[in-house]
Amino acid sequence: MAYSNKVVDHYENPRNVGALDKNDGTVGTGLVGAPACGDVMKLQIKVSADGIIEDAKFKTFGCGSAIASSSLVTEWVKGKSLDEAQTIRNTHIAEHLALPPVKIHCSVLAEDAIKAAITDYRRKHAAQEAAPADADKVA
Amino acid sequence: MNDFAGFTTNKARGSNTNRPIYLDYQATTPTDPRVVEAMLPYFTELFGNPHSRNHRYGWDAEEGIEKARAQIAHIIGATEKEIIFTSGATESNNLAIKGVARFHKDKKRHVITCVTEHKCVLDSCRHLELEGFRVTYLPVQQNGLIDLDLLRASIADDTVMVSIMAVNNEIGVIQPLAEIGRMCREKKVYFHTDAAQAVGKIPLDVEAMQIDLMSISGHKLYGPKGIGALYVRRRPRVRLEAMISGGGQERGMRSGTLPTPLCVGLGEACRIAEAEMEAEALRLHTLRARFLSRITEQLSEVYVNGDLDQRIPGNLNISFAYVEGEGLMMGIKDLAVSSGSACTSASLEPSYVLRALGVEEELAHTSLRIGIGRFTTEGEIDYAVDRIVGEVRRLRSMSPLWEMAQEGIDIKSIKWADH
Repeated sequence: MAYSNKVVDHYENPRNVGALDKNDGTVGTGLVGAPACGDVMKLQIKVSADGIIEDAKFKTFGCGSAIASSSLVTEWVKGKSLDEAQTIRNTHIAEHLALPPVKIHCSVLAEDAIKAAITDYRRKHAAQEAAPADADKVA
Repeated sequence: MNDFAGFTTNKARGSNTNRPIYLDYQATTPTDPRVVEAMLPYFTELFGNPHSRNHRYGWDAEEGIEKARAQIAHIIGATEKEIIFTSGATESNNLAIKGVARFHKDKKRHVITCVTEHKCVLDSCRHLELEGFRVTYLPVQQNGLIDLDLLRASIADDTVMVSIMAVNNEIGVIQPLAEIGRMCREKKVYFHTDAAQAVGKIPLDVEAMQIDLMSISGHKLYGPKGIGALYVRRRPRVRLEAMISGGGQERGMRSGTLPTPLCVGLGEACRIAEAEMEAEALRLHTLRARFLSRITEQLSEVYVNGDLDQRIPGNLNISFAYVEGEGLMMGIKDLAVSSGSACTSASLEPSYVLRALGVEEELAHTSLRIGIGRFTTEGEIDYAVDRIVGEVRRLRSMSPLWEMAQEGIDIKSIKWADH
């Protein structure tokens, strides 16, 4: 199977591989996919007090396209607000990496991973700050 | 290190052109230069139609073909009249299974095969089911071998044939042919074996093993592609219905002008394989042991799929836990290997052979098939080990599953999403 240059680049030089402390209140973790299906992505975001994603890390079990999709989204989400990150669609990822049709599910998984990480962060954040003053930020 | 008939191994493999190291000998093999040499005259001066009976051109071609037929017969302990040329093992399997079943359809309506057979066997059996036959697909044990008691229990009064492969193409395991043959003879059932991966790799004897039909492939034993053979026993005679109508060549079982150069190539490939089998098996065995011990010395959680002892020496099928097979292959592009991962197939299902062994899906996704053969060198093995170890380590360091395993989290305890 021929991969696009961008997929090869992300596969060979993955950005932001690693882990953040999942117990840190400012970190959101998304774990999506399933080992039996051959793809698992773990995406973590670290969110600043003003709601900006200041760091992102990933680890992925999967093919080159899955690794590239998750590597790419860690680049994309950094510096974005949660709402902005929420708007990343799998079609953007697939288009950017020129994924063939059989690999579209890799980009879907990457979109799911961002959403799962944001949801996890918001859940933690809401629990932490039961004070209603901050609630508007989440909406 | 090995120099075959004056051809260096590098030339034979073409490595001086920067091609990847070839470790996929179960997919196909390069044609041995000696085979090519034997074939060449039959393209040019000896170009006659082997079925032309009236002139020297025809006789010369026929002579080449009959010599090849004898060479093929010899490597499996058959006689030349029992060898039918075909286009390859797929055609041989189709002809054997459909041909025998259809010929006996009035009295016998049942066929037995096994779940790890090659697709062309399974698909031929599916076709028979559409024609009203019953087919039993025997499961395999964890080591990839069939259960003989289960086979015995599956043979019914109207069973026409048992078709069990000699050597599996993915995991290289050798089925107990002699035992199956004895059982089939005793029960008066034909025994067909797809020996595409076995001929030239392990000793085969259709008499000792009581085999009635055997499929042979040219390109799996350093012969050309596009040629194969079917052994069809004469005593007691096996009857089958031809699939191709025409001039009645090959004793009426397979019409069509024989491709003389290809037939000659298959014959020469069999001659070489027979002469060198013992030494080659020993050499490949040593290379494989070297590969495996170097891998397991450096990597943990590596699993060999299928029985390691009952296996041809040129095959290894290994799962590298927590590293997805296609992802791994992408990192070792300078090695030509094959993977049982879903991503390498159109179906997105992991290998049905590995699943049949009970290999869990997550491990099936992490498998590589390493096929070593006549032109593989020790240097290539060492290089491959280094590349695989390095890449597995890199990919494990970025695998969330490896991370969980290191933290002591059982990945089975997590509720994963359904895909």
